[in-house]
Amino acid sequence: MKFGVVIFPGSNCDQDMIYTLRNGMGQLVEELWHKDKDLKGCDFIVLPGGFSYGDYLRSGAIARFSPIMEKVIEHANAGGYLMGVCNGFQILCEAHLVPGALLHNTSHKFICKNVFIKAETNESLVTAEIPLTKALKIPIAHGEGRFFAGTETLKKMNANKQILFRYCDENGNLTDEANPNGSFENIAGVCNEGRNVFGMMPHPERASDPVLNNTDGQFIFRSLLSAVGV
Amino acid sequence: MNHTHTETALPTAETAKKLGLLPEEFEKIKTILGRTPNFTELSIFSVMWSEHCSYKNSITWLKTLPRKGKRTLIEAGEENAGLVDIGNGLACAFKIESHNHPSALEPYQGAATGVGGINRDIFTMGARPIAQLNSLRFGNPKLDRTRWLVKGVVKGIGDYGNAFGIPTVGGEVFFDDCYNQNPLVNAMSAGIVKIGETASATSYGEGNPVFIVGSSTGKDGIHGATFASEDITEASNEKIPAVQVGDPFQEKLLLEASLEVIKTGAVIGMQDMGAAGITCSTSEMSAKGEHGMIIYLDKVPMRQKNMVPFEILLSESQERMLIVVEKGREEEVNAVFEKWDLNCVQIGEVTKEKRLKYYMNSELVADVPAWDLVLGGGAPVYQREYKEPAYYPESKKFSIEQVEEPKDLKAVAKHLAGHPNIASKKWVYEHYDSMVGTVNMSTNAPSDAAIVNIKDTEEALAFTVDCNSRYVNADPEIGTAIAVAEAARNIVCSGGEPLAITNCLNFGNPYSPEVYWQFVGAIKGMGAACRKFDTAVTGGNVSFYNQSTINNKTEPVFPTPTIGMLGLLENKATRTTLDFKNAGDLIYLIGESKNDISSSEYLYSFVGVKNSPAPYFDLENEYALQQVVKSLIVNNVLVSAHDCSDGGLFITLLESAMPNNLGFNIDTDSDFRKDAFLFGEAQSRVVVSVKQENQEKLVELLSASGIEFTLLGEVTTENNLVVDEENFGSVAELKNTYDNAIGNIMKQ
Repeated sequence: MKFGVVIFPGSNCDQDMIYTLRNGMGQLVEELWHKDKDLKGCDFIVLPGGFSYGDYLRSGAIARFSPIMEKVIEHANAGGYLMGVCNGFQILCEAHLVPGALLHNTSHKFICKNVFIKAETNESLVTAEIPLTKALKIPIAHGEGRFFAGTETLKKMNANKQILFRYCDENGNLTDEANPNGSFENIAGVCNEGRNVFGMMPHPERASDPVLNNTDGQFIFRSLLSAVGV
Repeated sequence: MNHTHTETALPTAETAKKLGLLPEEFEKIKTILGRTPNFTELSIFSVMWSEHCSYKNSITWLKTLPRKGKRTLIEAGEENAGLVDIGNGLACAFKIESHNHPSALEPYQGAATGVGGINRDIFTMGARPIAQLNSLRFGNPKLDRTRWLVKGVVKGIGDYGNAFGIPTVGGEVFFDDCYNQNPLVNAMSAGIVKIGETASATSYGEGNPVFIVGSSTGKDGIHGATFASEDITEASNEKIPAVQVGDPFQEKLLLEASLEVIKTGAVIGMQDMGAAGITCSTSEMSAKGEHGMIIYLDKVPMRQKNMVPFEILLSESQERMLIVVEKGREEEVNAVFEKWDLNCVQIGEVTKEKRLKYYMNSELVADVPAWDLVLGGGAPVYQREYKEPAYYPESKKFSIEQVEEPKDLKAVAKHLAGHPNIASKKWVYEHYDSMVGTVNMSTNAPSDAAIVNIKDTEEALAFTVDCNSRYVNADPEIGTAIAVAEAARNIVCSGGEPLAITNCLNFGNPYSPEVYWQFVGAIKGMGAACRKFDTAVTGGNVSFYNQSTINNKTEPVFPTPTIGMLGLLENKATRTTLDFKNAGDLIYLIGESKNDISSSEYLYSFVGVKNSPAPYFDLENEYALQQVVKSLIVNNVLVSAHDCSDGGLFITLLESAMPNNLGFNIDTDSDFRKDAFLFGEAQSRVVVSVKQENQEKLVELLSASGIEFTLLGEVTTENNLVVDEENFGSVAELKNTYDNAIGNIMKQ
């Protein structure tokens, strides 16, 4: 499988994602520039974190209109794999590739810290191999990460098992205190109905290098690699 | 020469005074030019000769600091930042800088642009920033003004640094009434570059084109450098236009484009535009390269209409660079900036004649010699008078006998754990992205200094910023030596070797002999300590005029020479963390206990004695202590190491206990007063934990070193903090106090 990491002006987690996939997981990775008009034969596209186009207007709002996104959207609509982390997740929401929206944190502050999340289902590429009782320690770093969706949408997402991750405490309990940004139903990560587009606010690429004393993020990367048989 | 509307008459000494120039400086300018300067020229001199750009009142003393160290590649003053060899063909560029005055008026933009400016200093040298730190000082947190400043500064640093995408890995926050009007905002950045791939802030080669790149130029920040060179008064609010406005998105693009353009090899020289904007970059680069420039100001991309020459020259609009390019290679440079959608406009060319000639719409508006404008050239250099202030001998009269030992030491422990100067700075640093870049090794493994991974090597870097300004105020020479020593101790306790420092010298008005006495003492103490630890001073920044005159009363801040230190772990395996790890491990105190509570947080805020000497400190002892800690780490004897600093021994133990929710059971030493033993801040002490089976090895190494050491007790699982069989509370309880103290204050 070949990964393609999109670099928007203002992306700043692109190199972290590339390093994790390339050096940590031993994968082939292409850098895709926002002005590019093809995906260079990549099978799995990643929209990394950062502040694409300065996050002016609204996080992710401008990036969805960039030239590369036209191809990315085509790729996703054709069933291709696509994952957005943090700002990447915000772009996926803005592009309506996953349901919901990401609002300002309830504290109205940028928050960077380790949090715990729990996979809700094994029926997705990125959660396939994660024990559902395991609280994964993964950092967040965002000002707009409060997942919001209407009651009907949430109901449908739950019924379709589109909720991939929820914020929990270190013992795996879904509590209000463990919800860092006020997300509805503690939602930290979701997928689309077709289960080929994944979005999450926490940064698994920041919890993958053993030198940083936390490799819980590898659960996610290993999951998706083994699910596609790499 | 033609005149614009601001220059209808030639300026007088009175005009010069308004621009911050002394009468004798005005005379000197006339002599240099051989005529009376016009207003534009006078403005150029006024910013270049401001304290901020010229260091005219500090350079004599700064030159006494050791500049050459074991690994220094570029020394202080040679480029925008110092450069230190870190092995593997790599070098680290690092520097700290103040943005105090803008932050006092407009905390959000003031702090944000401070972050932007210091990062440009790093990447203008071709180094990619990898870590940021900051050192912040505010007034009494009970004041609304203080909380407004804290919130604005922290948000400003966060919003700028987070979007720019470089992790904030460390810092310090300190509160004292002396900073009520004049907070200190010192930002540090460090970057990495391959040796031989750096860019220089120089200009030469007749006919080479001069480009301005990045953001457009607006009217923001005009006379910012001059404003930074005067006291803050009630009228300072009128200077808000002197505060710049930052855009981290542009900075991120400028970073990538600048590093890319250096790689083309077409760049002769590059300098960021910080203080004094186009004026400073054109004159400093020209003076360094011993050439001149012709600059066409009307070609500068502008944000606003009707900007007059002096405004274009002095604008401190952010996210701009001046680049001198090898003639014939303009297209390569243009292509890079086009890729990043940034302005890249030729505004002039290099001349052989060492003068700067600025034109506006074909008219020569200023004609000045480059060399005479700059530090190290013709900028004035002053020797200032200094005098010991009256408070100094007074504070030396303090003796511990004047303080009755408190009955309830638990109350002291609780007071200290919840004091904003000691409590967790979590409320502050959670606003900062500390993990972007995936290099911060301290997130999940805390140590005294921040440890930053250098990917794909065996090495890691260690960074710390330190200054207890209360000690410096008590005794500038000792207090500053302590700041250097503590920085080195933090790096040593983390398993690193101290390499070099950068300094941010925040003082009051240099024309006050008492303030200048503090400055001189600080430099002496810093020099002595830096020579001892072989940590050269690679650069930094002087910020005078940190005092406010409100209701005719002038109050300087505590003298605050912030030390930013770089250390190296040649092998990541030596990294040592500060947390206790196993119940049953033995706890030792390495270093001498003293009957000393001078200048401690305990004495200052619990007892209420404001004037006392600096705490006990001996440079030779400190050095010896650090050597033995290094050898214990290299010999793999220690489980944890944590230096004893603000709050004293009890707080050190608490900080080691909290990360893994472990307790401790220790005994004090009856040779010392218990309050001094637990809460005194005598220097040169380190708390370590060690496995029982390594006790013998530890004792052997320590005995051989001649350094004093004490077995305090052991790590326990009961979560209780026990001193002399008395329970000082559970770790959970004090952790709650420690973790939430600042957050609770900020909620008010």
